Amino acid sequence: MGLLSDPNRRRALISLLTRLNAPICALCYFAAVCWFMGLAFEPFTLRTYMSENAMGSTMVEERFPSGERALATGKEFAAHKKKVGGMPVDWLVKTMQARGLEVFTQSFSRTLPFPDENKERYIVKGTNVYGILRAPRAPRTEALVLSAPCSPGDNNNQAVGLLLGLAHYFRSQVFWAKDIIFLVNEHDLIGMQAWLESYHHTNTTGMDWSPLQGRGGSIQAALSLELSSDVITSLDIILEGLNGQLPNLDLANLFYAFCQKIGVLCTIQGRLQRNDWDSVSGYSHAVQTMMLMVMKQASGRPWGDHGLFLRYHIEAATVKGINSFRQYKTDVTTVGRLLEGMFRKLNNLLERLHQSYFFYLMPSLSHFVSIGYYMPAFGLLAVILLLRALDLWVQLVSPPAIAADGVGDIAQQSSPGVLSVLTPLVISHLTGAALYILPTRFQEIAVEHFPVSETEAVVLTAIAVYTAGLALPHNTHRLLSGEGTEQGWRVLKLVAVLYLAVLLGCTALINFSLGFILALTLVPVAAFVTPHVPKTLSAVVLVILSPAFTLLFSVFFFQELEEMPVSFQDGWLLYLSVISQGILDHYLYGSLVYPLIALMVYPCWLLFWNILFWK
Amino acid sequence: MAAPRCSRCAWLLLVFIYSLYVVVKSEEPTPGDEQHASVVDNPQTAAETEKQPTEERRWEATQVDETVPDDAAASKQDLPVPDSVLTSTPALKDEFQEELVIRPLHSGDIYASFQFRTVWETDFTRGSKVSHYRLFPKSLGQVISKFSVRELHISFTQGYWRTMQWGQPYLPSPPGAELWVWFQDTVTDVDATWKELTNVLSGIFCASLNFIDSTNTVQPSASFKPLGIANGTDHRFLRYATLPREIVCTENLTPWKKLLPCGSKAGLAVLLKSEKLFHSSFHSQAVHIRPVCQDEPCKTASLELRQTLNVVFDLHASGQGKREWSLFKMFSRTLTEACPLASSSKIYIDVTDNPQEDQFELSPATHLLSQAVVLGDRRTFSVYDLTQQVTFGTVRSLNVLIRWKSTEGDMLRPLLHAERYVAGYGLQTGEIHTLMYNNHPFRSFPVLLLDSVPWYLRLYVHTLTVTSKGKDNKPSYIHYQPSKDRMRPHLLEMLVQLPPHSVTEVTVQFERALLKWTEYTPDPNHGFYVGSSVVSALVPSTVAMNTNITKEQPLFSTFFPTKEESSYFIRVYTEPLLVNLPTPDFSMPYNVICLTCTVVAVGYGSLYNLLTRSFQVEEPNPGLAKRIANVIRKMRGVPPL
Repeated sequence: MGLLSDPNRRRALISLLTRLNAPICALCYFAAVCWFMGLAFEPFTLRTYMSENAMGSTMVEERFPSGERALATGKEFAAHKKKVGGMPVDWLVKTMQARGLEVFTQSFSRTLPFPDENKERYIVKGTNVYGILRAPRAPRTEALVLSAPCSPGDNNNQAVGLLLGLAHYFRSQVFWAKDIIFLVNEHDLIGMQAWLESYHHTNTTGMDWSPLQGRGGSIQAALSLELSSDVITSLDIILEGLNGQLPNLDLANLFYAFCQKIGVLCTIQGRLQRNDWDSVSGYSHAVQTMMLMVMKQASGRPWGDHGLFLRYHIEAATVKGINSFRQYKTDVTTVGRLLEGMFRKLNNLLERLHQSYFFYLMPSLSHFVSIGYYMPAFGLLAVILLLRALDLWVQLVSPPAIAADGVGDIAQQSSPGVLSVLTPLVISHLTGAALYILPTRFQEIAVEHFPVSETEAVVLTAIAVYTAGLALPHNTHRLLSGEGTEQGWRVLKLVAVLYLAVLLGCTALINFSLGFILALTLVPVAAFVTPHVPKTLSAVVLVILSPAFTLLFSVFFFQELEEMPVSFQDGWLLYLSVISQGILDHYLYGSLVYPLIALMVYPCWLLFWNILFWK
Repeated sequence: MAAPRCSRCAWLLLVFIYSLYVVVKSEEPTPGDEQHASVVDNPQTAAETEKQPTEERRWEATQVDETVPDDAAASKQDLPVPDSVLTSTPALKDEFQEELVIRPLHSGDIYASFQFRTVWETDFTRGSKVSHYRLFPKSLGQVISKFSVRELHISFTQGYWRTMQWGQPYLPSPPGAELWVWFQDTVTDVDATWKELTNVLSGIFCASLNFIDSTNTVQPSASFKPLGIANGTDHRFLRYATLPREIVCTENLTPWKKLLPCGSKAGLAVLLKSEKLFHSSFHSQAVHIRPVCQDEPCKTASLELRQTLNVVFDLHASGQGKREWSLFKMFSRTLTEACPLASSSKIYIDVTDNPQEDQFELSPATHLLSQAVVLGDRRTFSVYDLTQQVTFGTVRSLNVLIRWKSTEGDMLRPLLHAERYVAGYGLQTGEIHTLMYNNHPFRSFPVLLLDSVPWYLRLYVHTLTVTSKGKDNKPSYIHYQPSKDRMRPHLLEMLVQLPPHSVTEVTVQFERALLKWTEYTPDPNHGFYVGSSVVSALVPSTVAMNTNITKEQPLFSTFFPTKEESSYFIRVYTEPLLVNLPTPDFSMPYNVICLTCTVVAVGYGSLYNLLTRSFQVEEPNPGLAKRIANVIRKMRGVPPL
């Protein structure tokens, strides 16, 4: 700082920064990408370790014996499900009561803003059934949740069977210090949302639910179980929740520790971990695992039923049984023992899980990248924006043409008027607001006038508004001040760059992956756009780096990572469904990605578009 | 050292001889009448007229009592008397009763409730000092006289009473510790006495009652009225506090057992083995001390000490899948004798739901039946009288066995039921919801709700709403005392009418306060407890609402539906709340402090400096010649160059 308080040295530093601005920016961008790719390299990452003492040193014994019975219960459940054609509420209530639980039901209904074509639902009505195992001599202040979704078809019958089997076994144990809630939720996330909102008596998404009759106090942790086969080859843990929230890393550690102890293959992102980190294939495996996590987190949607718990500061994860063609199989008893062990350790908790990290990326289950390691990658990108802003500021304060004695001139020259900056800001934000509001509002009109379904209408309206926005807001300054001045676009760009920096910075703090992906595409745009670059080429580049195209690339990239590459045709359809899912996620669960893109990122990008067409 | 020890021996010997004498004597007048246990043998009170006994009269009577010269007191005048305890009137009668009620619950669980009652014809009021103790525990007696306690109720509970499954308990208590005390109106500084009393009780019961201070003590205006005879209900002499976090274990049970005349050596108390008692779903132990009438006209007061212990054993956790209960299975002991000091010692088994023995089977069979109206319901009990040798049979031990025949029942619908939870998410605000269920089909009744909320949840009283059946339900009485930070909690009391067959919801929003860093508990991420709210109500009796007259009853008693008392008093406690407050990361205070200081010092400091200072280019240093010239010019009085 002494450097800056000396005017001479300050001048020298600033001139250095402005002179070398472009190379420094390029270097930063390159360094950011390298840093990010390096995160998956095993020597640079940390091994996971259990931070919570209550779960670490105390060993528990797992004795769950009755996997076969659980499977039989699952079959019975499947039969009743088929007979009723949905959730067998009465049977579940009776079965849970027979296992000595306090059983309650909750009904809910929700009309989606537009039909969900992926899951084929529009007006959803359902019932959740949950039973509470009251811990002996506990005053109902703390609870744990084990949930299994009642899925359509033949899915998840084993999960419900195992849940009931565990309930029966847990009931006869005396060591519980927290109530355990066994929840079977209908309509997966919608049911879960209804149950959680009712439990906490909030209503963020306008769902109708009946109030809960029984509660267990503040929920400390939750596990959601997905199991669709009698034997499994591996267990997968899903961590990504709503808005990119992650549970405390100790929950993942706990899962990993028990998989190691019991000898079950465990995966994250459906990928086993490899030991050959020093080989190229090993490294690329780690990168792919991490990139999958980044993509999933950036999407901001809950990737399992656990995802909605995180909003309520409840650590939660989904455990999913995978049955592949591998030789080595694990039976349900072993899975039950694993869950028993996890619950017993969670039961031992004296405090909420808080010791370990909440912000992390996982290139494998045994290694993690903490916030301190991945933030520099984003920081390097954000620095570019600040450098550009500095450059613009310097250009504005001392235009090279009027070097000396131009104070009055500058005042005149650099007064493009508040309006010429404010107008594009307002117009682009209004376009963003239209993008946010119109698709769902005008779906009926669109359906009337065009031969499309409601879902298509919503998506196509969104794309139409998005494209229309490109044509709208140019040259407003000409109407206001006659001619687009040099100073005018600089001021606008300065504002836009700082706006983008703040926007991305805040996003990255909440959801690093989303912030990083947006920064990766938007920062180059923000850095190079001026009215003086070749128009057509720049316009193409700008469009390709716009948020919509980022999403399109992400869809293809994600499919590539999942090893399910799609053709362009399918990819386009997938892209449309991803947009509709994103909008639905917002209205159903309160995901913030859609409003963020529509109300903030897209208008910000429009500002740069505006600058390109300044003259 | 030798002299006091000698004298103590002599003292003990004397006490022993005397107690033998009293035992012999007290066994004479006991007529075996369990209903009116207080023995009428005070000629003075008997001589009084049948008029309504005013308080003045009673005080007088005790005065007279006190002045009665006494041989025993005189004989031990020369003995060294511990502390300030002066003479006493050892001729006073005391009596001890013990009983155990076992109620098989709907859910298949079993509820055992012990009550030990010591009544002592003495009066600690007006500063009379008592030094001779027989059945009444001395440690408590001294506390009562020293702190001028009129009534004392203390309970330690581990677990929550599940009203929906178990029905109403005989003696309700909230999870954790609860203490409420009525002081004599002679106490001048109630707060100081209360503070001292809690510390003493903390020592007696090995509990953390010393954590009771002004921040969790309230003075309820209506919810806690004296249970014994009282001449005033000025709530300035009442203190009420709960410690929802208190964990109850053997260390609390042992001192509690020591207060019993027989300890845990004989009588029902042999069943109180901690390894079984704490292997249960619910455990609650309490001590209630209150003044009661000595006799019918109530001229003089006796002191009643009731020690109660309630425990619920879990059907499922006991394992083996066999649905049967026995004393041995529950307590791992059987009974062989009554406490020799007890005037009555009985076991009651609630067989109301089992008239034809189709629910469960009871062995050994007993033909002794007893009826009582408990909690508004007429219940029938099988009675085992432990003072009769025949009860123990040929094996000389009693092991009551209950074998279930039917399956588990559904959930109950108790007439009054309350629950509470915290709504909302995030660490800034929240909402406390208290739900009160009136399950009576056609009668509405008023309830008194008492809520004591710690200061760090800042209640927004303007958000207080009371709704039942979707409509606003205006409380007829509200007493609200706002909190003071670090001084006292919120106190909210209101009288609400619960419409029939309805849920009444009381909601109030709160903001979570930021604590100072030393105010956090050692485990701040566990959360902070808010004690149970208390719902006190006069509930319409189920006997009164019973309109089907299928049971055989005298005709004259069955025309009008109201019988016996039309309503009964119950108290329902809600579950305590666990609320998370915004918590700093205590795991790295050093890092945080260092980082914060560095950021503030380096970053902010210099930035502030840069922004506020105006920079000027420094003039180059004037040369030596110029300086000399300036000196000369100054001397000449000409402005410098």
